[in-house]
Amino acid sequence: MTAISALGFDHVSMEFPGVKALNDVSFDVRAGSIHALMGENGAGKSTLLKILSGAYTPSDGALVIGGERKVFTDTAHALAAGIAVIYQELHLVPEMSAAENLFLGHLPQRFGVVNRRALAAAARKQLDFIGEDIDPWTKLGQLSLGQRQMVEIAKALTRGARIIAFDEPTSSLSDREVRRLFTIIRELKSRGCAIIYVTHRMEEVFELADRITILRDGRHVETSELAHLTRDAVVQRMVGRKLADIYNYTPRAHGGTGLVAEGVCGPGLTEPCSFAAEAGEIFGFFGLIGAGRSELMKLLFGATAKSAGRVTVGGKPFEIDSPREAIEAGVVLCPEDRKKEGVIPVRSVLENINLSARRRKARAGVLIDESWEQSNAKERCAQLRVKTPSVRQLIRNLSGGNQQKVILSRWLSEPVKVILLDEPTRGIDVGAKSEIYVIMQDLARSGVCVIVVSSELPEVLGVSDRIAVMRQGKIAAILDRADANEEKLLKLALPLETARAS
Amino acid sequence: MATDSSPTARKPIAEFFDKAGMLVVLAILFFGCSVFVENFFSLANMKGLALAVSMTGMVSCTMLFCLAAGDFDLSIGSVVACAGVLAAVVMNRSESITLGVLAALGLGAAVGFVNGFVVAKLKINALITTLATMQIVRGLGFIISGGTAVGIGLEDFFGLGNSAFLGVPTPVWITAACFAMFGFILNRTVFGRDTLAVGGNSEAAHLAGIAVTRVKIAIFTAQGVMAAFAGIVLSSRVTSGQPNTSQGFELEVISACVLGGVSLTGGVGSMAFVIAGVLIMGIVQNAMNLMNVATFYQYVARGLILLAAVLFDRWKRRKP
Ligand SMILES: Nc1ncnc2c1ncn2[C@@H]1O[C@H](COP(=O)(O)OP(=O)(O)OP(=O)(O)O)[C@@H](O)[C@H]1O
Ligand SMILES: [Mg+2]
Repeated sequence: MTAISALGFDHVSMEFPGVKALNDVSFDVRAGSIHALMGENGAGKSTLLKILSGAYTPSDGALVIGGERKVFTDTAHALAAGIAVIYQELHLVPEMSAAENLFLGHLPQRFGVVNRRALAAAARKQLDFIGEDIDPWTKLGQLSLGQRQMVEIAKALTRGARIIAFDEPTSSLSDREVRRLFTIIRELKSRGCAIIYVTHRMEEVFELADRITILRDGRHVETSELAHLTRDAVVQRMVGRKLADIYNYTPRAHGGTGLVAEGVCGPGLTEPCSFAAEAGEIFGFFGLIGAGRSELMKLLFGATAKSAGRVTVGGKPFEIDSPREAIEAGVVLCPEDRKKEGVIPVRSVLENINLSARRRKARAGVLIDESWEQSNAKERCAQLRVKTPSVRQLIRNLSGGNQQKVILSRWLSEPVKVILLDEPTRGIDVGAKSEIYVIMQDLARSGVCVIVVSSELPEVLGVSDRIAVMRQGKIAAILDRADANEEKLLKLALPLETARAS
Repeated sequence: MATDSSPTARKPIAEFFDKAGMLVVLAILFFGCSVFVENFFSLANMKGLALAVSMTGMVSCTMLFCLAAGDFDLSIGSVVACAGVLAAVVMNRSESITLGVLAALGLGAAVGFVNGFVVAKLKINALITTLATMQIVRGLGFIISGGTAVGIGLEDFFGLGNSAFLGVPTPVWITAACFAMFGFILNRTVFGRDTLAVGGNSEAAHLAGIAVTRVKIAIFTAQGVMAAFAGIVLSSRVTSGQPNTSQGFELEVISACVLGGVSLTGGVGSMAFVIAGVLIMGIVQNAMNLMNVATFYQYVARGLILLAAVLFDRWKRRKP
């Protein structure tokens, strides 16, 4: 079979003030094929997709579609050319229903009035296609992050695009949703669509993709058949060096009371939750999305109010009713939903890093200590290798993974006793991930109690000393590192009915 | 490969405007009026101009905070009027300037606190909340005054609005001091930074330990106090408390702030630009007065300027 090029990037470059995001990138994507796009945080993947969708106009170069050179200056042009891009950040309207969001911009109408019945039917069909069992009239804001992501995907598919690009679609999906998404993507492939797939998860690439393109610092490194490459080869081309075991787990002595929760109840939990994480321990929380892990973290952090239960930190009662008090007592939370709960988009990297610590460092508790803020921001950026032209850059101009690093580094300048990390490596490249694991271990070694929530099995297994598995709003079991394996964790995490059925 | 070609021509201009923006517009406007409008560049007119913008200037300081925190306040015009009336009544009854001033400031603080409490704690939309207090307070002003202007009997009080220091009217000095003080608070203090963070993303700010409710209540309270203070100065200038003064004042102040680049969605704002915004509005008005433009046309002109400013802002922020 001769390969048909559905889409070509022809010497594409993109410049932002102070940043060359893409530098002379050329490669082809074939029809009926899944094309992985990989690279470190800030390598230019999302920028490339935004050029494809017409959100950005390249400073140089063009797209080649069906043999014709094209430069989109508007997203409408790209839509008309049969292109759909599912962005890294969600672009849905939380106040509107799922159905309205799905067909935003082309709602079915009759005499200029939205035809609610036709809309509901069309939405139902689209939601069925992605296998999501949601009432079309639920307000989007009430859905979980994973469900919202699935709606976003369904939305992109409503216009029958032939070239479809996914930017880290699985970062907020549960395992089951990921499986469903893969089925959908394979279905699209068999219909002859050209698919571009951006991710930082190596196993997804090797499971799904036919070909791969690797970018580094905005430059094209390689495009080839995936069958010709090993994982190590991909990593090496991405980061420019070899990476050994990324978890780099070394046993630590730990002990002494860290955070103890007894019978904690609250919204999102179905049974009282109890566990005791020790000082110096890395305590993992695994579960499917919606199992109540993030809700438990928020209860511990005082972001939502407990309805019952007791928490102690370092043996002392930990009675707080706001995040501010929690932080003052040395307990911090790095939240799951970066866009909604993490970044202040219109402020600089510096301000985002110092958002919390500046209170403690202020002169007389009031005046900003400029020089400390400056040096702290620079230090944190260097520590996590945040890619930004300067600490004065607005954080919204950073790539997704780099924003995540900034949010994480916010807590590294605080003296913490307990750090709650909710999906800390979401959207972060392998190189930076391994650095974050090192930081987590360093924190633990210095006596901090590290509690980490993750939906990535290899990650929880790789970093945790003990693992609590949550299922349907309660803690199902707590396992030692030595006893835990993928199979056990998954079995514990699945809702009982499904577990019995399979 | 032409990858090193110069960036598109628009970028340097946009970047320049980002940094200097309204300050340049202000300079051009000032220069233009000086050359083309008769009597504009005279000592008397400069004094008049400064005095005319002093009220808007004072209140725009706190409005900047309010907008930067993602809210706004429509009740200030009513507070100006009601505070002036209350000061007048209390002074006449008690023969004490201090008591009159304190009563008026107390009223401003109370209205501001209620606004802040309802918006931040009860989570009611700021538009609706302050629309309600705007009418309540306007009504209170009429009730307190009995519906007519209240002349003030204490002559010493008139010094506040009508005296001058080094040839510059006292209200202008006060406004300048406010600019300096609030500019400092916004840029150099934790409170100022927290304000911008709350406006930029209040959920994230809350999770980072910022006391969002407290910040918002403080801002609204300061806003009420400031408006009351402006009302006191005004009543001193006109030697009476006027219950129907300053209608539409809130829109004038918000316009000046928006002209000064403060984002209505919160999180963005700088004092220097707000000052420029205040001055631009003032100069345009002053020039139109000097050129004998009828009031009706002045409304149209002011609206057009605001629209132009917002569109310009949009153009500036267009994606690269
Ligand atoms: N609007 C913008 N203004 C300025 N710089 C930008 C803008 N958008 C992206 N950049 C910069 O361009 C570079 C590439 O960003 P991009 O978002 O394409 O990275 P990415 O490969 O998607 O990374 P990630 O894996 O973290 O999502 C980054 O250095 C980023 O800071
Ligand atoms: Mg990206």
